[in-house]
Amino acid sequence: MAFAPKRPQKEINYEEVRIYTEEELHNYTEEELKNFKIKHDIPALEDLEKGPWPSFVADAKREALHRKKLAEGRTMVDKDVVDDLLGQLELSFNDGETHWKHGGIVGVFGYGGGVIGRYSDVPEKFPSVAHFHTLRVNQPASKFYKTGFLRALCDLWEYRGSGVFNMHGSTGDIILLGTTTEQLEPIFYDLTHELDQDLGGSGSNLRTPSCCIGKARCEFACIDTQDLCYELTMHYQDELHRPAFPYKFKIKVDGCPNGCVASIARSDFSLIGTWRDNIRIDQEAVKAYIAGEIKPNAGAHSGRDWGKFDIQKEVIDLCPTGCMAMEDGELKINNAECNRCMHCINVMPRALRPGTDTGVSILVGAKAPILEGAQLATLAVPFMKAEPPYDNIKELLEKIWEWWMEEGKNRERLGELIQRKGLPRFLEVIGVPAAPQMVKMPRTNPYIFWKEEDVPGGWKRDIKDYRMRHKR
Amino acid sequence: MALSQERLGKYNPEKPTENRITDIGPRHFWDFFPPVIQKNYGKWLYHDILEPGVLVHVSETGDKVYTVRCGGPRFMTAEYIREICDIADKYCDGYVRFTTRNNIEFMVTDYEKVEALKKDLLSRKYVSGSYKFPIGGTGAGVTNIVHTQGYIHCHTPATDASSMVKAIMDELMDHFTGMTLPAHVRISIACCLNMCGAVHCSDIALLGIHRKPPIIDHEVIDSVCEIPLAIAACPVGAISPDKTPEGKKTVKIKEDRCMFCGNCYTMCPALPLSDKLGDGVAVLAGGKISNRISEPKFSKVVVPWLPNNFPRFPEVVEVVKKILNAYASDARKYERIGDWAERIGWEKFFEKCDLPFTEHLIDDYRLAYDTYRTSTQFKFTEAAWEVSRAAGGIK
Repeated sequence: MAFAPKRPQKEINYEEVRIYTEEELHNYTEEELKNFKIKHDIPALEDLEKGPWPSFVADAKREALHRKKLAEGRTMVDKDVVDDLLGQLELSFNDGETHWKHGGIVGVFGYGGGVIGRYSDVPEKFPSVAHFHTLRVNQPASKFYKTGFLRALCDLWEYRGSGVFNMHGSTGDIILLGTTTEQLEPIFYDLTHELDQDLGGSGSNLRTPSCCIGKARCEFACIDTQDLCYELTMHYQDELHRPAFPYKFKIKVDGCPNGCVASIARSDFSLIGTWRDNIRIDQEAVKAYIAGEIKPNAGAHSGRDWGKFDIQKEVIDLCPTGCMAMEDGELKINNAECNRCMHCINVMPRALRPGTDTGVSILVGAKAPILEGAQLATLAVPFMKAEPPYDNIKELLEKIWEWWMEEGKNRERLGELIQRKGLPRFLEVIGVPAAPQMVKMPRTNPYIFWKEEDVPGGWKRDIKDYRMRHKR
Repeated sequence: MALSQERLGKYNPEKPTENRITDIGPRHFWDFFPPVIQKNYGKWLYHDILEPGVLVHVSETGDKVYTVRCGGPRFMTAEYIREICDIADKYCDGYVRFTTRNNIEFMVTDYEKVEALKKDLLSRKYVSGSYKFPIGGTGAGVTNIVHTQGYIHCHTPATDASSMVKAIMDELMDHFTGMTLPAHVRISIACCLNMCGAVHCSDIALLGIHRKPPIIDHEVIDSVCEIPLAIAACPVGAISPDKTPEGKKTVKIKEDRCMFCGNCYTMCPALPLSDKLGDGVAVLAGGKISNRISEPKFSKVVVPWLPNNFPRFPEVVEVVKKILNAYASDARKYERIGDWAERIGWEKFFEKCDLPFTEHLIDDYRLAYDTYRTSTQFKFTEAAWEVSRAAGGIK
């Protein structure tokens, strides 16, 4: 099968779009790099050049040298911007405090998100980072790239920005760290016109949706995570670029309950692939695992001698629902009791596979602690088919947004609104009945908010009538 | 068409809407999939970790794809990305992938190429000796740390992230390149309680925290902030309206109510909290995202504060190693840190990890009661005897 974009995608031929020549890209020697000092003293940071893990300081220094050796006029942002970035970081270590000012409203015309204003509070010491704004660039679903695109992006960002990236930001975007206000529009123009690429979200809007690797290279994926992520991203471009929400709203798509993009902890709207039929079993492969012919858990534990694989101890006894057993040399699963935790499938991927009648479980309201405390997402819809164009998912999402935009207070995340108004009210809003799957246990207090229509005869009563039966 | 080189490129500030392209979204994923991924999309049967950092995925078509996973710094330069591209062009027909946890994945279809690719990756080092592309991050080990901006680019941090990642991973290299732990361990860093890195469900989370209430910039607060919003931003109602002796509008703060969340500063730049002696790092442990065996769960605060000892955070590194070592030697196969702590009991966790338990670790915010023990099912540790002695129960 193949997936088609909403509109034809521009093929990026780096040779056609490039800014820098090969000579410019290889403009320093290893020897020069060894002897290179940036313009500030950074003893603490230089300590971080040692040790085996990739050193961001060593990396930043070669960018600094490379920029320095470009000819005048070959960067639109100061050539020593990386020097100043490191210099300010060293100063922050010394002071034990950040030196970035609070916010600043900058952006590109017509968008309310995608750019975060950033200014140094010590511009006299580090003039090249006086203005140092971030752009968030919407990553391709599950972060595969062709090098032509990346190289072109590197040229664009080195020319018009600091040349420093985050691959990737916490929400998933490609982060371009540091440019001036003047360069924002030229960058956006070339991003859209030449790289066929848009910005991501920031502020009180839909944040850039993200997804796991899904069916591209994972046998556990129950849904087309990239397609669903792309479709929602494209369908809600307006919500992504123009803040109209009470606060941020994150959507993440996990292909199975293993949850590799952490949607259950990190998204207001968490879509997690699952199945409602039976786990597929290959009994021959089960036997091969038992016989020790195949390493359990795809070899994830092979660095230590854990002894011979024991299916009883390692799979059946660890099943949280106790729904598995060996009978007559065959593995039996009582699928009606299975809660799809994935453990058995993770341990024996060659013997067990998720079912084929797949869809998503939808959970809502996860968030970090600010303000009412951290929340994990709450199960709202146990199962929903997830097939293009995903109208059922969009309809649910829009009902949620409508309620949140109506009722949500400034800077109130969906999960907090649900807490404030109660899960029963939320279920009413999305039009689904209550189900025991949505709670860990029923309530322990009897303070039930009955509604007037729940009670025969309503709430209007006459005190005189009452007094006919009961003297004062 | 080429990337523009004029100062303002092809953008015309006189006519900002001219030829403007908007709302085109991200690049479509399909075009960026290598041919073997396109061909076998949805057909993968199983995978194996051949060695730490090297995976093979096998398709029902018989195709195989080998992935070599490398740890990368999340903060990376154009120079570094170009080097990634050079490698991808040389071995992977110009395709490369990044993972959710900041790893870089190089995929090849020919097993013969794996050794050469590995050798090339490991041969690439910075002049100072650090690997550029360490191979690992698979299976029952420690994979790359997800983290936030810190002092590199944020206005609210209580610590720095990139430096802490470097300091910790330098010490945990063997766990990145090995698979000797009972299960995988996910470490995350967030520089303040805003947690743009959402570290609240990690096996080990390191969180920057403030410990001093905001300083009020009376001079400017009324001009740079919406005072009512700043007041409303406080979750514990510690901020109230006030006037300076000169009659200027400002706020006052009940400092003993402050829980140092920093939400007021997010709303109002005239209420900074950061402080060299006040700020530091809390350590949380035992959270998870996966639904495997046990439900996803929050990380719990196990060390309330450690100093920001830049650049290598020795106290933080030591605590992380203590937890990892105790876990490695005591937990059962497949048991995550949180599952282990719950099985042995948190009192044993503190004993085995040799971490002190203080009143700061007992919740007194909302839903605190849910965390109190309401049974006689506990285990005796030295901490329990100390209580008994203090209460006069034993000598």
